[in-house]
Amino acid sequence: MALDLATPFEALLRPDDFGLACARGGFHIDPWRPVKHAVITHAHGDHARSGSKIYYVATEALPVMKQRLGHDSTFVHYPYGQKFRLGECTVSFHPAGHILGSAQVRVECDGRVWVASGDYKRAHDPTCAPFEVVECDAFITEATFALPIYRWEPGANTAKEILAWWDQNARENRPSLLFCYALGKAQRLLGELYQLDPSRQAYLHGAMLPLTKIYREQGIEMLPTTAVSETAKTQKFGGELILAPPSAHRSLWMKRFKGADTGFASGWMRVRGARRRNGYDRGFVLSDHADWPDLLRTCADTKARFILPTHGGTQVLSRRLNELGFEAQPLEITAYDNEEDDSGGGGEAVTDPEVAAGNAPSEEQASEANA
Amino acid sequence: MNDFARLYDKIDSTTGTNAKIEAMADYFRTAPPDDAAWALYYLTGRRLKRFIPSKSMRDWTLDLTGMSLWLYEESYSSVGDSAECCALLIDSMSHVPQVNEEPDLTLDTWMRDRIIPLAKMDEPDQKERVVGWWKRLDRHSIFILNKLLSGAFRVGVSQSLVARALAEVSKLELAEISHRLMGDWQPTGEWYQQLVSSEASDRHLSTPYPFFLASPLEKEVTELGEPNEWQAEWKWDGIRAQLIRRNGETFIWSRGEELVTDKYPELVQASLTLPEGTVLDGELLAMKGDEVLPFAVLQKRIGRKALGKAILAEAPAALMVYDILELDGRDLRAEPMAERRSVLEKLLEGRSTTFHVSQSIPFESWDELTELRKDSRAKSVEGIMLKRKSSAYQAGRRRGDWWKWKIDPLTIDAVLIYAQAGSGRRANLFTDYTFAVWDGDKLTPFAKAYSGLSDEEINKLDNWIRRNTKDRFGPVRSVTPHHVFELAFEGINASPRHKSGIAVRFPRIMRWRHDKTIKDADKIETLRAMIDEPTTAEA
Ligand SMILES: [Zn+2]
Ligand SMILES: [Zn+2]
Repeated sequence: MALDLATPFEALLRPDDFGLACARGGFHIDPWRPVKHAVITHAHGDHARSGSKIYYVATEALPVMKQRLGHDSTFVHYPYGQKFRLGECTVSFHPAGHILGSAQVRVECDGRVWVASGDYKRAHDPTCAPFEVVECDAFITEATFALPIYRWEPGANTAKEILAWWDQNARENRPSLLFCYALGKAQRLLGELYQLDPSRQAYLHGAMLPLTKIYREQGIEMLPTTAVSETAKTQKFGGELILAPPSAHRSLWMKRFKGADTGFASGWMRVRGARRRNGYDRGFVLSDHADWPDLLRTCADTKARFILPTHGGTQVLSRRLNELGFEAQPLEITAYDNEEDDSGGGGEAVTDPEVAAGNAPSEEQASEANA
Repeated sequence: MNDFARLYDKIDSTTGTNAKIEAMADYFRTAPPDDAAWALYYLTGRRLKRFIPSKSMRDWTLDLTGMSLWLYEESYSSVGDSAECCALLIDSMSHVPQVNEEPDLTLDTWMRDRIIPLAKMDEPDQKERVVGWWKRLDRHSIFILNKLLSGAFRVGVSQSLVARALAEVSKLELAEISHRLMGDWQPTGEWYQQLVSSEASDRHLSTPYPFFLASPLEKEVTELGEPNEWQAEWKWDGIRAQLIRRNGETFIWSRGEELVTDKYPELVQASLTLPEGTVLDGELLAMKGDEVLPFAVLQKRIGRKALGKAILAEAPAALMVYDILELDGRDLRAEPMAERRSVLEKLLEGRSTTFHVSQSIPFESWDELTELRKDSRAKSVEGIMLKRKSSAYQAGRRRGDWWKWKIDPLTIDAVLIYAQAGSGRRANLFTDYTFAVWDGDKLTPFAKAYSGLSDEEINKLDNWIRRNTKDRFGPVRSVTPHHVFELAFEGINASPRHKSGIAVRFPRIMRWRHDKTIKDADKIETLRAMIDEPTTAEA
């Protein structure tokens, strides 16, 4: 049953010491060490690492990529769906629905098609293009939330919960301090809240400013925001909503928000233990990754002969897919290098949001444990 | 039940103590007394026998969702709680209604008319009912129901927070409410009304006083001030208990608020000669004459259902008395400790060999006491207790007047070999570890430890465990022997029941020894040598 990656079905993509390598195309996808040709699925720190010579990115991702990888890096960009040549392969980007500009990478060579999903979700997100099903022979799928306990309500429902929480705190004149990842989640929250009540406004932690600005420049509708740093020292935050990255939790920065109720928005918040462990008052279940039903659905939709789960619960997802009649095998990516993490922009910015926030296994964290 | 579910939610979704107290007070103000009684029952950590075995709950969930057992087990190891795991899976797989379709019955109705009768039914009937409820409840209510079905419902509040909420609602003194809440009671509306009634409580004879607990001394002992203001006693290693003699009856309560009278017939016998209305606070120990036997000896009889002659002779129980809280029916707790002590000494003088007064250690200076403390291990005590001579007997853990000054623990370097997911806060992390030492060329497990690592270390180790799992036995994973940890423990005894032949007390992780490889871990001989240590006084 085990899928032999060498024969009879030659692997177009396979991990080497630098990343997910394509020998025929002479490039790597989301390499963790510098390479010559780096094809990047999205701008989260565990996928987009600095130091490579040429970055190939989706046009929609370019502004965020520049912000994360540095404006001096060399970028080649293509709109979603446009085919381009790399070595012997034809490559194209397709929306992954994860964050602004996030892409699946389709690689075609000698009539075979492989797709690396990067991180993706199927749920509606007002801040990015919806996931596109790309039929292929082999599908490398993420598996961050690969357990049947993970099923998401629509983002709008979670946004309604957040609104109710904000209102409750406002009645008690408390600030609502909502922690979430600075790239993707923060903007999605602002977008979802805007859909519910465009008359409101929110405050932002400094780490979220540049990215939120970029989203706005792409014409994405979000609640108007003010930087906390730009407010007067005397500014009171009772009744206000403030978004901040998890690294600010329990930091000195929080001192300004006396009596604040704290919340955290992440898929991990579905489990009570994770909610309690992180020490936030409230947990809101909102993820930019596919939930369990959507992981299974997507694998079926691609009509792939082989499924290679990576990034998280690879064993569980593979086993389940095999039970369902797919041919699946975990694609273990092990050689992440800890040192490189710090070059990507510092702080929480470099790790995958939900991987950093949650407790579930991830290849990224695992590598840190070994380093 | 919706009100109770909301109360649980409110408590669960705040880290602030005032918010928790407010939530409880709000609930008690409006809840019918029958419901309030049940809520209190669970809030104070009381439990009923499980109504539905977790295995049945699991099997019915698998039936309802069509999921395979291994997926359940994987899920469980991330959730760490079967009630929650089942609720999440039912919600994920079988599309439960968004809104509760069950009528909103009271908590008391749920308990008395629905849940408690399950105990007398056979499995198919139980299943039909429970699965029927599952289909009509929303996810959150399923979780609450599953918790109730498990008989235990841990809610994140301490007994003292519950008492504060009740004091607010009833306008009674906190001490009075705390006292009324103790002991053995049944969750009935009648009981609840009595609890919060302003009339002087006709409280049950068996009700113990809240224990006064010492805090660990984390500063220099010299900072306590004048030595002569303090009384020092050995910190005995047994079971803290209260013995009550009232109206011709004797009750013995352990600190965990368990009535253990039946386990100590020799104490009951000895208590017959105590005057009416006496309450003693002390430590249950196994003693032969004046000699205190190791805790393991006492532990032997704790596990027994029936106490035969042999075990009573092998492990005779005694009470090392620290304090007297009531004499001739009069509450002495507000008296200064020195006063209570002289009352106690007079009462127990020549009375019995079963009650010993915990002797105060004579000392002139902190230096002298520091020297004396070094004898602790030789005396099989955990260190020294320091009590301010002028102190009242307070309720709970109040810093300032009573301190425990423990000796440094024994330590050993051990190898991590098994891991299991934790529960509660750490439910989806591998946080319960089993450690081994070398026995020849084999690693022999000898201790389980849960605490001592930082959250960051726990995350790292969790990831490493997931990637280095060799084998799975249910929830337990065996991992590649690789990491070495320094473990500390309070005591060590020979134990034929354990594979290693050794039992350690209160093992915990001191630090992760990244600098050591498994070859550097200790040998079982080192542990064995420690068993003998208490008999040889430290120099
Ligand atoms: Zn991502
Ligand atoms: Zn990622």
